[in-house]
Amino acid sequence: MNQPASAYFIEERHDPNETHTLSVLVQNEPGVLARVIGLFSGRGYNIESLTVSETESQKHLSRITIVTTGTPMVIEQIKHQLDRMIPVYRVVDMTLTKRSIERELAMVKVRGQGEHRVEALRLADAFRARVIDATTESFVFEITGNTDKINQFIDLMRPLGLVEVSRTGVAAIGRGPEGM
Amino acid sequence: MSDKSHDPNQMTGAAMIVRALIDHGVTDIFGYPGGAVLPIYDEIFQQSQVQHILVRHEQGAGHAAEGYARSTGKPGVALVTSGPGATNMVTPLTDALMDSIPLVCISGQVPTHLIGNDAFQECDTVGITRPCTKHNWLVRDVNDLAKVLHEAFYVATTGRPGPVLVDVPKDVQFATGTYHPPRKSDVHRSYAPRVKGDATQIRKAVSLLANAKRPVIYSGGGVINSGPEATRLLRELVEVTGFPITSTLMGLGAYPASGKSWLGMLGMHGTYEANMTMHDCDVMLCVGARFDDRITGRVDAFSPGSKKIHIDIDPSSINKNIRVDVPIIGDCGNILGDILQVFKAEAKKPDVKAWWQQIAQWRARNSLYYRKSNDVILPQHAIQSLFEATRGRDTYITTEVGQHQMWAAQFYGFEEPHRWMTSGGLGTMGYGLPAAVGVQVAHPDSLVIDIAGDASVQMTMQEMSTAVQYELPIKIFILNNQYMGMVRQWQQLLHGNRLSHSYSEAMPDFVKLAEAYGGVGFQVHKPGDLDGAIQEMISVKRPVLFDCRVASLENCFPMIPSGKAHNEMLLPEQANDEATAKAFAGGKALV
Repeated sequence: MNQPASAYFIEERHDPNETHTLSVLVQNEPGVLARVIGLFSGRGYNIESLTVSETESQKHLSRITIVTTGTPMVIEQIKHQLDRMIPVYRVVDMTLTKRSIERELAMVKVRGQGEHRVEALRLADAFRARVIDATTESFVFEITGNTDKINQFIDLMRPLGLVEVSRTGVAAIGRGPEGM
Repeated sequence: MSDKSHDPNQMTGAAMIVRALIDHGVTDIFGYPGGAVLPIYDEIFQQSQVQHILVRHEQGAGHAAEGYARSTGKPGVALVTSGPGATNMVTPLTDALMDSIPLVCISGQVPTHLIGNDAFQECDTVGITRPCTKHNWLVRDVNDLAKVLHEAFYVATTGRPGPVLVDVPKDVQFATGTYHPPRKSDVHRSYAPRVKGDATQIRKAVSLLANAKRPVIYSGGGVINSGPEATRLLRELVEVTGFPITSTLMGLGAYPASGKSWLGMLGMHGTYEANMTMHDCDVMLCVGARFDDRITGRVDAFSPGSKKIHIDIDPSSINKNIRVDVPIIGDCGNILGDILQVFKAEAKKPDVKAWWQQIAQWRARNSLYYRKSNDVILPQHAIQSLFEATRGRDTYITTEVGQHQMWAAQFYGFEEPHRWMTSGGLGTMGYGLPAAVGVQVAHPDSLVIDIAGDASVQMTMQEMSTAVQYELPIKIFILNNQYMGMVRQWQQLLHGNRLSHSYSEAMPDFVKLAEAYGGVGFQVHKPGDLDGAIQEMISVKRPVLFDCRVASLENCFPMIPSGKAHNEMLLPEQANDEATAKAFAGGKALV
C-alpha cells in the first residue's frame, strides 16, 4: 500500500452509498436545529433534504425528516450520533422499516402562452397538480408526491416555460396504526 | 400579594450559581474574572464553601478542571467571562469531549438585550462551543437557571461523561428568581443513557470467551470513567479467565502494570507483544475503548481472524471504525459484573497456556529496548528513574503531548486508575502543567508530577504562577531535547529529514524561569546526577521546573508505521536508517 507521508492511515473506502430517510423526534428548543445540522456539517455527512416543523405544540416536540446518503456504516453512525444528542427523543430509519410513506410538496411557476400553456395545464392535470395562482401568462402549480414524481413534473415543465420551483423537502410517516 | 423577601430560595442568578455548586458538592473551581462574570465573583467573595483557584489563562482553568476531574472521578468546574474568556475555553472543552471528562464550564455573557449586537467581549459562545461540548445552554431567564445548572451537572457526569457549558448573561446574574435544589425533572426526558447490558448479548460474549484459544482483553478509559467497581471487576475477570490484557493510553492503571497478565499499552507506540496479541487473537474483548486510529493501525488488516466483543456506553462508538460481532451497550462496570457472573456460573477456565507461550516469545523481543549511555541521559532512562524514585509513593502523573508522553506511557508503571492524566484524543500540547495544578488542588498532600516536553510546557507555562500563588508543589519534569520531538521524528521518517520548524532555537533558562515565578529550578545533564536530583526534586515542597537535558535525537519506538498493520511494527533494534527508510517507503516516494 503506497500512501503519501502522513501521520494518519489513509484508506480509500469503496462501499456503495445508500439513501436513507430518517425521522427524528426532538425537543423544540432554541438551537436544536443548529445542533442537528451542525452534526451533519461537522462530521461530513450529507443532507439531501431536510424538513422540520413543530408537530406537538403542547409537548414542544418537533419532527425532523432528513434524507441522507452514505455507506451503511456511515448511515449507522449518523443514527447513533443523532440519537445521543440530549434533546433528541427518537431516531427512526424510515428506509429500513420499508413501511413508510414519503411525500413532498412543490410549488412550480410556469410562464408561457398558446400551446405551451395548454400543454402545461394538461400535464398538471395528469399529475394531479392544482393551479393555485394564475395570470394570463403564468400558472403556479401545487403538486404533492414522492420526490421522483415531483422531479418528473418539473422536468416536463422545463421546456414549457419553467420559471421557478419551491419545494418543502421530504416528510415521511410510517404505515399502519403505530406511531414512531 | 405574597411576601417573597423571606423565602430562602429567592436569590439572584449569581447567588444561584454558587448555591448550585455547593448543592453538587463542588469544593474547588478554576477560573478567571472579567466583566460578564463579576456578579458571580462577588458571590464567591462572600462565602467560603467553594474555593476559587485563579489561573493565568482560561485554557489553564479548563485543563486544571480536567486534571481535577480525572484524578477524583468528580466533575471539574471552570468559570470564565464572555468573549475571549469563552473562546479560550474551546481547547479544554474539546479535549474533555475527546477524552470523556466530566467538565462543567460556566461562562458569562453580555446582557440579553445586547446579544447579537457585537457588544464588547461578546461572542456566540453556545454556537462556538456546540460541537465541543456534550451539551450547552444559554440561559435567558433567571427562573430557568437552577434547572439548567442541575441538568448540566447531570449530563456531564452520567452516560459517557463529557464537558458541558452554561452561558449566563450578566442581567440574568443580577436578576432575582426562585432557586430549587436538584430534582429528577430537571433533566430532558429525551436523555436516558443506557446502563444495563442486554442479557442475550452478554451470554453470546461469555460463550465466545469460554471457547477462546487465543483471547485478549483490550480495555480503555471507559473502565476508569465507570468508577472503582469497574476496575475491580476488570481485574477479577482477568484473574478468573487467565486472559492477557492490554490497554489504550487512556486506560492505563485500570489493570496494574505489575500484574502478571499485563502486556503493556497497545497501538502506534504500544509494545510488540500487545500489538501481536491483538493481531493474532481469536477473541477480543474491548471494554470501554473505541478502536481509535492510533490503536488500530491499518483498519482492513486489524486483527483479521478474531471475533470481537465491544462494551461501550455510547452506541455511536460501536461499528464506527471496526465492525464487531457482539456489541454490548451499557456501563462497563455493570456489564463486566454480568459477564463475570455468567462466566463463573457456566464456563470453566479456558486453556490458554499455548497462547501465553506464544506471547512469551513476542515479549522476548524486548520491544522497549533502548541503548543506555553514560554520557547523555536517554529520555526513556529518565522516566524509568522517575518511576523507580516514586514507586510506592502516592503519586499522580500528568503529561504534555509528544514523544515524552509516549515514553511516559511505556516506561512509567501505573498500578491504580485515576493516577494518569494525559491528553489522548485531542493531543493537546500544554495540557500537563495546568492539569497538574488541578490534580494538586484535589490532592494537596500527594506527589504530582507533570512529565513534560520542552516545547509543550511553554504553551501553558504561565500556570507556574498559579502553582506558586496557591502553594501547589507540582513537579514539572521536562525532558528537554530542544526539539518538538514527535514532529521531528515524523519529519525524519516521512519528510526526508527536512526539520522544518521543529527546533527551538531560543530555549529559556528553565532554572531562572522557575526562580522568576517563585518556584525552584533544577538542571541535570549527566546520567550520574539524575537519581540524586530526582530525590531532591521530590523533597522540595514547592513548585519545581526540572530541566532534564536528554539525548536530542532519540526517537520513540516501537512504532507502527503509517498504513501498516499491528504485525508490521518497527522495533527499536531494527530502526536503523535502511529499515526505517523501507518501512516508510510511501513517505520516501515523495522525497
